[in-house]
Amino acid sequence: MLPVFLFAPFGGSLIAIFFPSDQRGATAWFAGAIALVCFLATAGLYPFVAAGNVLRYQLEWVPQLGLSVSLRMDGFAWLFSALITAIGVLVVLYARYYLNAEDPVPRFFALFLSFMGSMLGIVLSGNLILLAVFWELTSIVSFLLIGYWHHNAHARDGARMALTMTGMGGLALLVGLLLIGRVVGSYELDAVLASGDAIRNDSLYVPILVLVLFGALTKSAQFPFHFWLPHAMAAPTPVSAYLHSATMVKAGVFLLARLWPVMAGTEAWFWLVGLAGLATLVLGAYFAIFQQDLKGLLAYSTISHLGLITTLLSLGSPLAAVAAIFHIVNHATFKASLFMAAGIIDHETGTRDMRRLSGLFQYMPITATLAMVASAAMAGVPLLNGFLSKEMFFAEAIETHLVNILDTITPYVATIAGMFAVTYSLRFIHSVFYGVPPSDLPKKPHEPPRWMRAPVEFLVLACLVVGILPGRTIGPFLHTAVASILGDRTPHYSLAVWHGWNVPMIMSFVALSGGVGLYFLMRSYLATGIEGPPVFRLLKGQRIFERVLVTLSWKWARSIEQGLGTRRLQPQMLLLIILALTAGALPLLAHGFELPPLVIRGIDPAFALLWTIGIACAVGSALQAKFHRLAALVLLGGAGLVTCLTFVWLSAPDLAVTQLLVEIVTTVLILLGLRWLPKRIKEPEREDIPMRTRFRRLRDFLLAALAGGGMTLLAYTVMTQPASETIASYFLERAYSEGGGTNVVNVILVDFRGFDTLGEIAVLSIVALTVFALLLRFRPQADSLEAPEQQRLQNAFDAGHPDRAAGDSIAEYLHIPSAIMRWMFPVTAMLAAYLFLRGHDLPGGGFAAGIAMSIGFILQYMSGGTRWVEERLRIHPLRWMSIGLLVAVATGVGSWLFGYPFLTSHSQHATVPVIGKVPLASAILFDLGVFSLVLGATVLMLIAIAHQSVRAPRAHARGARAEKEAAQ
Amino acid sequence: MELILSAGIGALTASGVYLLLRPRTYQVVIGLSLLSYAVNLFIFGMGRLRVNAPPILEPGGVGDLAHHADPIPQALVLTAIVIGFAMTALFLVVLLASRGFTGTDHVDGREQRGD
Repeated sequence: MLPVFLFAPFGGSLIAIFFPSDQRGATAWFAGAIALVCFLATAGLYPFVAAGNVLRYQLEWVPQLGLSVSLRMDGFAWLFSALITAIGVLVVLYARYYLNAEDPVPRFFALFLSFMGSMLGIVLSGNLILLAVFWELTSIVSFLLIGYWHHNAHARDGARMALTMTGMGGLALLVGLLLIGRVVGSYELDAVLASGDAIRNDSLYVPILVLVLFGALTKSAQFPFHFWLPHAMAAPTPVSAYLHSATMVKAGVFLLARLWPVMAGTEAWFWLVGLAGLATLVLGAYFAIFQQDLKGLLAYSTISHLGLITTLLSLGSPLAAVAAIFHIVNHATFKASLFMAAGIIDHETGTRDMRRLSGLFQYMPITATLAMVASAAMAGVPLLNGFLSKEMFFAEAIETHLVNILDTITPYVATIAGMFAVTYSLRFIHSVFYGVPPSDLPKKPHEPPRWMRAPVEFLVLACLVVGILPGRTIGPFLHTAVASILGDRTPHYSLAVWHGWNVPMIMSFVALSGGVGLYFLMRSYLATGIEGPPVFRLLKGQRIFERVLVTLSWKWARSIEQGLGTRRLQPQMLLLIILALTAGALPLLAHGFELPPLVIRGIDPAFALLWTIGIACAVGSALQAKFHRLAALVLLGGAGLVTCLTFVWLSAPDLAVTQLLVEIVTTVLILLGLRWLPKRIKEPEREDIPMRTRFRRLRDFLLAALAGGGMTLLAYTVMTQPASETIASYFLERAYSEGGGTNVVNVILVDFRGFDTLGEIAVLSIVALTVFALLLRFRPQADSLEAPEQQRLQNAFDAGHPDRAAGDSIAEYLHIPSAIMRWMFPVTAMLAAYLFLRGHDLPGGGFAAGIAMSIGFILQYMSGGTRWVEERLRIHPLRWMSIGLLVAVATGVGSWLFGYPFLTSHSQHATVPVIGKVPLASAILFDLGVFSLVLGATVLMLIAIAHQSVRAPRAHARGARAEKEAAQ
Repeated sequence: MELILSAGIGALTASGVYLLLRPRTYQVVIGLSLLSYAVNLFIFGMGRLRVNAPPILEPGGVGDLAHHADPIPQALVLTAIVIGFAMTALFLVVLLASRGFTGTDHVDGREQRGD
């Protein structure tokens, strides 16, 4: 049952995005139906939950890491689900009339449904990590919703600020939740809720608390992170009514209440949560008085009410928790209706500025009445729901919880905040609906469409009914929620309207009369029309936020970028090499290092000679790479061949084969590339090499010597140690019995570690495609465009002899070698097939065979030229690559059919007439995939470069033509 | 044997590292190739140097480290050789494309003083 709450909104969101944008009604109906289904499902679950049961759903995700898609619905989660879905239905109905025809309506409802799904995900998560995932989702979707009108700069800024703040909080929360998981040993909410003492007594408690609070307080816009909420008012009003009254901002207090049983009650909790809550309560209410924007007033009022809930949760007493949960519901009802009313006013008059609005009562009496009732609930007037929870708050504020200054001042602060609440509520009503009729409104005000007002009517009715008959209406639901949080600590409480003349009643009275008095005292100041509260308006959260952002993301980033940026490669390389050297040297220095004895005897003179050549080649190549590229390439090949011979010498024939083949391909590849490099002719040795250059060369030489020396030392030390037992024995023992091949290296590649090989060939194909894509847009430098010098000489020779046609010399060039190369093609193919087939038992295999085959192709390019080959051979490297990858994957998937894990191989020996016994392993199919992919990738890279020689003459001709035209 | 090969690895590394720090793209490509030889040989050497150890099993036989060559470093190096080739190809093409775009073969895409 529970997955419905996630599938319906997210699935609906996916569908809603595909509605045509002129189908405003249909999209709204669809979204409304989804929300209604969710609400009805919630309602249907009530009897089960009310009986004290917890509905659970579990789906393993990554059990090794303790991650699971675990959903659970207890009374508290039920109450929130009901709130989210019910207000969701109302907001859809409201948004249907609020949005204009030119707004992208399907996008709105798609985002809206995603948001509803994410929010339901938060309240239903039974796993902390899953909760964090949905938490982040609400941040992201709210970013998109606040920025819905993205042509508006305020919307973009507000959305970005909301995302930055709540996203940062989300990250901190994730770390906090991970720490909780570490303390508890599980991320499951049930396990966490059962280990409250373990968490509170852990040495990590304070870090956990700070991190979780950072997450919760940013989400619920608590001081000092409150400033994003007023800026989020740039969102369309249905978004504000949903996100900023009933859902998203409630996620923070939801989390505090959820973790209340395990985290509350400590001194640290009381101080941190209490300070934030009280400060928010009073400052939010104070700031709300001075707002000129209707929604701004409501936003600050929301901040203040959330502060009230936070304060209640900070107190740590069960009764306070009851009041907090009660106020969450009450605030959602009256604030959602007020936001909708503000939206109606904006929609029907064209402005939300209270300096321009006045006397609207005569134009929209019903809306005005509704707004007045909701405001009264917000102010805490008796017989309305806001009054009840505020009374409970006052009663709790008087109680002594911990003996300290914060607890002592709480009742006074609460009364003052209550007074401010009355003042701003009164201001909202008085300045908008009373006074002289408005004069300069963009539109002539009138009542909204019937169904746009319906959600407001419903919510206001709820405020009234709950306010008058709390015990019969909200009572049972509240009790279910409270019992699921507090368990056997559930206190006795009464929801009656009248408790007699007691201290909370007196506080309420003081707040009401004081608030009214304050409003009339302040009227003259408010009439000046200055935006923002005195003194505090100079200290703008937004200004600070922006300054921090600029410093972090621009000034610091700039200086870091200039110092360590990617603009220059050499400093980075230098850093990288120094880092590698340090990382290599540190463990040796830290743990001591014993030089192994130097063993000179037993050196094979031939091997020594081989490596004398190898070292000479390496150093020579390093010296020649700048001015004599071809020589450097030849010397590089020399070093490669020495490496190859070393493999032969040291019992690694497979490596030798592969190295030899790769050496050929690499050389051809670089030869093809050489043509496009600029000429660099060595100047006669200058006497005046700058000091800078000298210093740099010396430094690089020293670094290189250090690196080389280090590697020598390291290699020598390890290689002279006796070998310890490794997993190699495992492979050696099982290669034949389980892999069915005698070539252990090949069996490892295609069987034991087949999955690694699959990854490797995937990398190879990605590289090949990248090379191909880069060369598609290759534009050679102008000085490389003309034909190479040799070709020019040959063509000049042809032109100079009347008996020769142009191109004859080029065609004759290396005629005999090219004829041989052409004839070698079938032989190369044969060699590749041979290497491939023997691979499982003898040196060879898919890698070597693939490269050998690709050499066959490139030889054709070298002998006949690009055009000649492409006229005669059908080369589809992309197809070969895809076939290879598909075959390899299909072989792996095939083992599923037989009930084995991915890439399990099977082998047996079949007897074929004439040839005899032939090993048949399913791994050979995998190897076929490797072969095909390696062939495709290598050929693709080679011919992509080779093909450039065709492009260049064309480009050259184009350039020449353009020049000629310009000259004429 | 070990001494010679370690000296070889050292020389390849030193040449490779020196070239990596040079300003021309071609030098860097050659340097990377040299460095990959060194790394491949180093990984290979981790299985210890064995002359004339059979790398292939007898059909039906069971191998052991005392008599056979260590297959693990060989398997690692075999794929490393192929990937190394792919890397060289990629860098070569990036080099060519960068020269096409910027008109210079300097690694930073523009000439610096004193190189």
